[in-house]
Formats: sequence, structure tokens, C-alpha cells
Amino acid sequence: MLLEVEDIHVHYGKIAAIKGLSIEVEQGEIVTLIGANGAGKTTTLKTISGLRPLTRGRIVFDGADISKMPGHRRVLAGIGQSPEGRGVFPGMTVADNLHMGSYARKGSAEKELAEVYELFPRLAERKNQMGGTMSGGEQQMLAIGRALMAKPKVLLLDEPSMGLAPKLVQQIFSIIVEINRRGTTVLLVEQNAAQALSIAHRAYVLETGRIVKSAPAAELLDDPQVRAAYLGSGADMTVEDQVAAEKAAAAPDVTRADGGPPPDGPAEGDSPS
Amino acid sequence: MTGAKASEGGRVSGVRNLRAMPDRVRDGWAGASNPVRWSVYLALIVFAVILPADFIGNFMSPESDWSTLLFFPIGGYILLALGLNVVVGQAGLLDLGYVAFFAIGGYTMAILGKNLGWNFWEILVVGVVIAAISGVILGAPTLRLRGDYLAIVTLGFGEIIRITARNTDAIGGPNGISGIPHPPSLSEWTIPDVQPFTFLGLGDLTPFTYGALDMRPYYYLMLAAIVVAIVFVNRLNNSRVGRAWMAVREDEDAAELMGVPTFKFKLAAFAIGASIGGVAGVVYGSQATSIIPANFPFIVSAILLAAVVLGGSGNMPGVMLGAFLVAWLPERFRELQDYRVLFFGFALVLMMALRPEGLLPSRRRKAELAEGTGGMGSMGAEVATPTADPHDVKPEVAK
Repeated sequence: MLLEVEDIHVHYGKIAAIKGLSIEVEQGEIVTLIGANGAGKTTTLKTISGLRPLTRGRIVFDGADISKMPGHRRVLAGIGQSPEGRGVFPGMTVADNLHMGSYARKGSAEKELAEVYELFPRLAERKNQMGGTMSGGEQQMLAIGRALMAKPKVLLLDEPSMGLAPKLVQQIFSIIVEINRRGTTVLLVEQNAAQALSIAHRAYVLETGRIVKSAPAAELLDDPQVRAAYLGSGADMTVEDQVAAEKAAAAPDVTRADGGPPPDGPAEGDSPS
Repeated sequence: MTGAKASEGGRVSGVRNLRAMPDRVRDGWAGASNPVRWSVYLALIVFAVILPADFIGNFMSPESDWSTLLFFPIGGYILLALGLNVVVGQAGLLDLGYVAFFAIGGYTMAILGKNLGWNFWEILVVGVVIAAISGVILGAPTLRLRGDYLAIVTLGFGEIIRITARNTDAIGGPNGISGIPHPPSLSEWTIPDVQPFTFLGLGDLTPFTYGALDMRPYYYLMLAAIVVAIVFVNRLNNSRVGRAWMAVREDEDAAELMGVPTFKFKLAAFAIGASIGGVAGVVYGSQATSIIPANFPFIVSAILLAAVVLGGSGNMPGVMLGAFLVAWLPERFRELQDYRVLFFGFALVLMMALRPEGLLPSRRRKAELAEGTGGMGSMGAEVATPTADPHDVKPEVAK
């Protein structure tokens, strides 16, 4: 097992954001974490990458307990993250942003740089442009490319589709598949559940700080409960599917214990971030 | 009609050209060769050396002694602003109590010089170390805070230092310490009173003799400290340290994710900024003969922050220009008496309204401002930044 998160609890002040969450990521997988706003997806990723301290539980990465390791050392251990909202350095050029990605590593990063430019030819074209002046899609590419510069064993992606046009979302997701094919394990957090489930091997469904379901991604795509809650307005659904999903949502046997599905499906497409 | 429009268009493009001037100068400078750069440096130093001359002073400050002004506030503020710029401009940490380190330097000079009889050069070294340590002491517990929370704590620190000094009888209480020794003279060497030195006002000057009357040797001492600070900070900026600061300033979380030990670098910024403030305090104390707690009020911190932001946070030439303006303008317009502060405030408001990125911003800072974070960390707390995630704070909202 490459990454094991065991029963972690995370608090913001007195508010518990994560209440006993466990996930496992196997070498070479794409695992996705789906859930509504505020379910704790981003907090989970931040806790794995060391930006948030955990109050209980532990995180084991590559056989070692990293629960107490500071974030900047987890990068060297092999955890790379593209943060929510992309976190591109606005005042640095694309090339400088990418070089920041290999800040912690010793030795030359030319090989990784060439690989990132090969994955994202767009970044090579815009090498000398300031990060802050790029479009949302380009910034997302930059954030992913920058995380790859550290040669991570596992790549944590926080909502790579946020605020992007559907066409760009497709492109980003196919690049994620390509990155995984080249040997990097991916843990993907998404609100765009349909897209995420279509590329992932396994998936966890997160609700208010707890895992409520875990299964192979393909199974969840057909799960009526998941369809109703997270795929309601999925781009790949027909009208009949949506009607069926709404019916399923209205049926009492699948209504969730904590108050039912959110009124709207997940935000999708190029809604402003 | 068309004519009016055309002339208006001309005026607009004229204004635009004027605004683009710093950009062009900066780009030209970036492409300049080494000999060109060194000649410019040399010319600037020569200019700084002849700056105290009367023919410049008569214009710059008709009402008060020009070389006194050049030493302090002008020179002192420039050095302090360079130090504060490391903290605010490079690392993006909002420090509202920077005057504390100036005070620590000043009191180090006073206590060690008067009570223990140490000489200036020894105290200078010790003052740097003490100021740096106090920067670490302030930073270690507080640098986990961000934005305006950090600002409030640093403001408190500045007040603590001043009020402690006022209430501690061992260091003179509100009367401070007087009889601080001047630095020992380095050499009695006198510049001969012949042309061109006479014309430049340098005739008969003893630049390395620190007496009570001639302020110019102190000004040259401050100038040397400024030059050393510039070289030191510039080298840091162009190293891994500078890149780490830049990353911390632009997005602290992302910096940590890149493997930058953000806490350590923020602490380093505090310590380096503090030590430069300490140098300014020691040099100031060595000239002032006496210092009192009232020399170090909060307003000095505020004015220095204004200098950094006004000049162009993060860009050293800009910061120095800003410090010069905030130190010089109120003195230049002394004839306006009490109204000068009103006009000074008005000028600050006007300049920030017209040029929020500062007079000479770095290109980076412009891009940061365009992004919305203002390039000063998240100075306005975690509210409007694109990286803040309010939905993570209240996970119970769905219930």
C-alpha cells in the first residue's frame, strides 16, 4: 500500500471537519474522492500533504508514519499536490513556477522540465509569461506540471476541473490519465463526479467528514444513490437518466440519513470559480 | 470636435508613455552589461558623496540643516525601509512594529556605549546580533499567524518595547539615556581645500572624524551602512532564499507544497529585517548623544510601512525613493508649518490612489496585484484571496 490514511480527525478550531476518515491508495491507481461542498475533500488532501495538522489517527506513506512530518518534507518523501484554486505563483514566470516545483530536490531537474513541457506543450509556449496572467486552464496545467517537477510517487489533485470550460476539463482529465499511465499514482478530489469516476479505478464518497461509500469507480457510476446525489446534472447523462435519477432521489429507500441530496447537482462546466 | 479628440488622445498616450517610463528603464537595466552597471553604481555613490553640498542643500531644505536631514531622517529612514522591505516586500509579512528593532539598536548603543564604555564598532556587531535575536523571539511564537493577525501582534511588540523602556528606571525611564559617546575617529585625514573639492563643498572635510558639529561624517557612516545593506539584501534576493521568500509571499501554502520550509524562511526574514533595523538604531544612537523612549513611537513604524508601499514594495530602488520622499517632503515644506502634515497626508492618499502598486514597482508585484492578493501575503486576512476555501471551514453547513 502506497498511502494509508487511518481514522484521521481534523479540526478547524472546535469544528470537526474530518471525523474518522480512512482511505487507502495502492501503487499505480487513480483513486478519487467525491462529495459535495464542505464534505471535507480539500481538508483531507491538505492533511495528507501536511498543510493541516491532524488531531487523531495517522497517515502512513510508503511504509513510514508521516503524521507528524512537516509539509515541506513530505514533498521530498514523494507527495506532490496541485492545490485547490491552483496556487500558481502570480509574479513568477511559467518557467520559474516550474523550477519552484523542484525547489526541494537536489541536482538538475532538466529531465522533469522536458517531460512537463512534453505533457503540456502550452506551458512550453508560454514559458516567459507571468503565472498570474494565464487563463484558468493554463494555470491548472501549470499547477499540475509544477507538482510533477518534484517527481512525486503520489500526485494529489484538488479539483482540477474547477472553473474550467468543458472542453478543457476533458483535456485535463486525459492528461491525468496519461500521467498515471507513466507510473504516478493519483489521488483526485473532484466535484465533477461524472468525470472523476470515468477515469478512476476506485472511488470514495465523502459526506460531512466521513466516508459513506467506497467501491470501484465503475460501480459507483451505476449506483443509483450516487447518481442521484452527485451525477444529477452530469454532462454524460441523457434526459431519461436524469428523470430516473430524480425519481430515485425522491424514493424513500435511497434518501440519505442526513437529510437527502443537495438541491442542485455539482457545479460543472465553466462556471466562475 | 475631431481635433479635440485627437489632442485628448495625444494627452492620454503621453500619460501612458510617462507611466511606462519605469518599465522601460527597468528593462534597459535588466539588459545592461556589467561595465555599464558598475559605472552607474559608481556614479550613484559619487552623487551620494557630494549630496551634502550647500548648493544642493539650499534647494532641498532651505529651512533646516541639510546634512543633518541627510543623516536622519532621510538616511535613517532609507536604511530602515530597506530592512522593513525584507519583511514586508520580500517575505510578505505585515509588520507594524518595526520601530522596535530601531529602538533595540539605539538602546544597545546607549547602554553598552555609556554604561560599559564599549566602542561604536564593537557595539555595531553586538547590536546586529541582539536585534536579530529579538526578531527571532518575536517571530517564533507569532509567525504562525497570518495577515492582519500578525500585524496586530507586531504592533503590540513595538509598543511593548517602547513602554518597557519608558518604565524601566535602570535605562533612564522616560528621560532615556544621555551622554552616549560618538564613534571613535577612524582617521584625522582631511580633504584638501582645493578645486574641485571646494566647489563640491568637500574642502577641509574630515570624513572619518566623528565630532559634535559636522554632521557629514555621520551621513557617510549611514551611507556606508545603506550600501552594505543593499549589497547584502540584493545577494539574498538573487539566491534560493529570495526565491523562497517570493514563493511564501505569493502563496504560502503552495510554497510549503513545493518543499519550502516556510516557517524557517519567514523567521529568517524577520531576523534579517530586524538586524538592519538594529544597525540603523546603533548608528542613530551614536550621533544623537541622547535617546528617549519617545524617539520610537508607533508612527515611525507606520511611516516606514508607508515608505515601502509608496515606493513599490519589494523593489529596492522604489523603497529607497519612498523612504526619501516620506522623510524629505515634511521637512521641505516646513514653511507650511502645521499644515505640512495635512499636505503630506493628502499627497500620500493621492499617490496611492493613482498608483496603488507604488512609484517604482517590480514587475512581479504588478502581476501579484493583478491577481488580487496584493503580493503582501494575504494582508486582508483570508477573505478575498482565491486560495481561501470558506466551505472547508464550516463542514456542517449541509445539515
